[in-house]
Amino acid sequence: MYRYDEIDERIVSERIDQFRDQTTRFLSGKLSEDDFKPLRLQNGLYVQKHAPMLRVAIPYGLVNSSQMRMFAHIAKVYDRGYGHFSTRQNIQFNWPRLAQVPDILADLARVQMHGIQTSGNCIRNITCDHLAGIATDEIVNPLVWCEILRQWSTFHPEFAFLPRKFKIAVSGSEQDRAATLLHDIGLQAVRNDQGDVGFRVAIGGGLGRTPILGQVINEFLPWSDLLTFLDAVLRVYNRYGRRDNIYKARIKILVKEKTLPQISKEVHAEWAALKGGQGTLTREMVDAMAARFTVTAYRSLADVNELLEAQRKAQPGFARWCERNVHAHKVAGYAAVSLSLKRSGVPPGDVSAEQLEAIADLADRYSLSELRVTHEQNLILPDVEQSQLALLWQEAKQLGLATPNIGLLTNIIACPGGDFCSLANAVSIPVAMAIEERFDRLDYVHDIGELDLNISGCMNSCGHHHIGHIGILGVDKAGEEWYQISIGGDQGNRAALGKVIGPSFARHDVPEVVEKLIDLYLTKRESQEDRFIDVVQRVGIEPFKKHVYGNVDKKQTNHTRPLANA
Amino acid sequence: MATLIKNKQITQDHWQTLDSQGETPHFESSTVGDWLVPLSVWTAQSHVLCARGGRNGVILQNTDDPQLLVNDFDRLALIAVHFPKFTDGRGYSVARLLRRLGWKGELRAVGDVLRDQLFYMTRCGFDAFLMRADQDGQSALKSFKDFSVPYQPAIDAGFRFVGDAKSVASAPSVVTVNPW
Repeated sequence: MYRYDEIDERIVSERIDQFRDQTTRFLSGKLSEDDFKPLRLQNGLYVQKHAPMLRVAIPYGLVNSSQMRMFAHIAKVYDRGYGHFSTRQNIQFNWPRLAQVPDILADLARVQMHGIQTSGNCIRNITCDHLAGIATDEIVNPLVWCEILRQWSTFHPEFAFLPRKFKIAVSGSEQDRAATLLHDIGLQAVRNDQGDVGFRVAIGGGLGRTPILGQVINEFLPWSDLLTFLDAVLRVYNRYGRRDNIYKARIKILVKEKTLPQISKEVHAEWAALKGGQGTLTREMVDAMAARFTVTAYRSLADVNELLEAQRKAQPGFARWCERNVHAHKVAGYAAVSLSLKRSGVPPGDVSAEQLEAIADLADRYSLSELRVTHEQNLILPDVEQSQLALLWQEAKQLGLATPNIGLLTNIIACPGGDFCSLANAVSIPVAMAIEERFDRLDYVHDIGELDLNISGCMNSCGHHHIGHIGILGVDKAGEEWYQISIGGDQGNRAALGKVIGPSFARHDVPEVVEKLIDLYLTKRESQEDRFIDVVQRVGIEPFKKHVYGNVDKKQTNHTRPLANA
Repeated sequence: MATLIKNKQITQDHWQTLDSQGETPHFESSTVGDWLVPLSVWTAQSHVLCARGGRNGVILQNTDDPQLLVNDFDRLALIAVHFPKFTDGRGYSVARLLRRLGWKGELRAVGDVLRDQLFYMTRCGFDAFLMRADQDGQSALKSFKDFSVPYQPAIDAGFRFVGDAKSVASAPSVVTVNPW
């Protein structure tokens, strides 16, 4: 992990002083609601339905055990005993009091954390592959580059009042686990023929009301030019991005309206003036940044395949957990482990203070005190010795963190939804829980195989419903909650946007519709390996439509909400 | 009365501003005083403006192209950039561009200019601020010191990304996470 030096600490501490002063001015009436709003947002503070919501950045998903304990402390002292991991590698607290937020930020600073730029129309927390640095398919370790981007974007003076929020994701592996094509800028680290590091830069991707996949604007950006090129993209966006309509303000709309060749021309013209100037990275700078990361003290071990084989045979539950929740590691003798925050009866991504503390203990004892947060709202112990897996499994099971469902139907991604969020049209979490309840039989869920089910409570798409194999979107119909269902979305290298199957459904019908989709899939699949998404791609959505809607005359259902993607 | 802050000090504003609304007056060689005028007025009347005694300045809207003023830099004493709303950040890029194009004179932020944005504005090249009328000038001065070190280069060098010898030297010598 990156360790703050004295300068990093000073910058965060000055930020807290600044925000404390702003909060005091607001509470005493010297700063108006309108003038305060962007300031609090850029410190992660929303005003939600019931109380403010504070979003804390977990830069590129890396977190250590003492930071985890601090989350537990905050949950207990300032909140109602739990936190919520979001789909952007952040943690959110739903019940803090405004006057106490500066104190919370001061507590966070003690463990080198903050809420800076987790909200607002600025460059947001940089996200990354949750297996960065340990993945077996890694081309370039992206972590140091992520930290460089974190520092470059933190309090960037020119880009604090962009037309809209701006999200950057970085991947360094062959498999894109960071959803880079669904970000305002997606950076894929690559090597050229000489082996030099560079980035394939995609711009204009995103979900929301107008889901679009990012388009490549630079096939190979040399590493030294990373910041100057991003400055050029951001400057073009800042000047020309639409500000007349909040729903058309993301860079994806600018790229769509002006077309990629035109935007590319403008970006490259701007870059020509910036290239080679201030902000050009040198090898010394990058190495100095790398040296600020902690040493991962791997022991020299060998893989223990035979032991694991025997343990799997003896305990089918362990075998199943290994299959779903244990991931290959680039260092011999080690594995990465997903702790599932998805189990029946608990909102996806929610975690109690007690669990946070227990997880911190697990990290200390099994994973060199480090953890990762995934965009699927789970946690990862990145550096577990293979010989310890069975012990870890036992402990995680007792804590309710060993549901072997990573990649399966019940690993539902869901935004906080209408229970908490003032933007939502409909609830998400109760829908997720109703589906989980319906599919509570583990054998059945395993038999169904890999399936991403994502739920968003509104078109802002925080639950990434567009890229779910099954996507569920809450819509408002004359004040009632309805749900539109799409299938065929996908993430990673085969990123695709789902297609809506038809008119929306009442909340209580959603689990049954999901079950019908799965019934049909099971009749169409050719083998256990033939996944739901494979079948949708092969046979199209028509058979699914027919199975779900039966012979209902489509004209009669036209009174339901028009399709949002149209 | 709006406060003018220049070079981090409260100062008297000697400039008269020609509102972009309403009828455009005709300047004459006898017009006295320092005048700040919209780009369109400057373009149409720069000869008359320059032929009179006072100094001249231009107010740019954040959609104006700063490139258009490059050839006029030596005839101007002030360039102002208007912020229609403080949340409209285009003016920051306009300022960066003006400095890059070689504008060395006073660069003034006008319009919805609030104390909580002064630090960022300064780093983008503004050195003068006509504060929104409700802003307290004295307390606004504190904002220039909101941060003692910036991460990234702007019109200044910033920290760490300019081969800062100190930050390189203070780092441990062993590379633990290999970015290469």
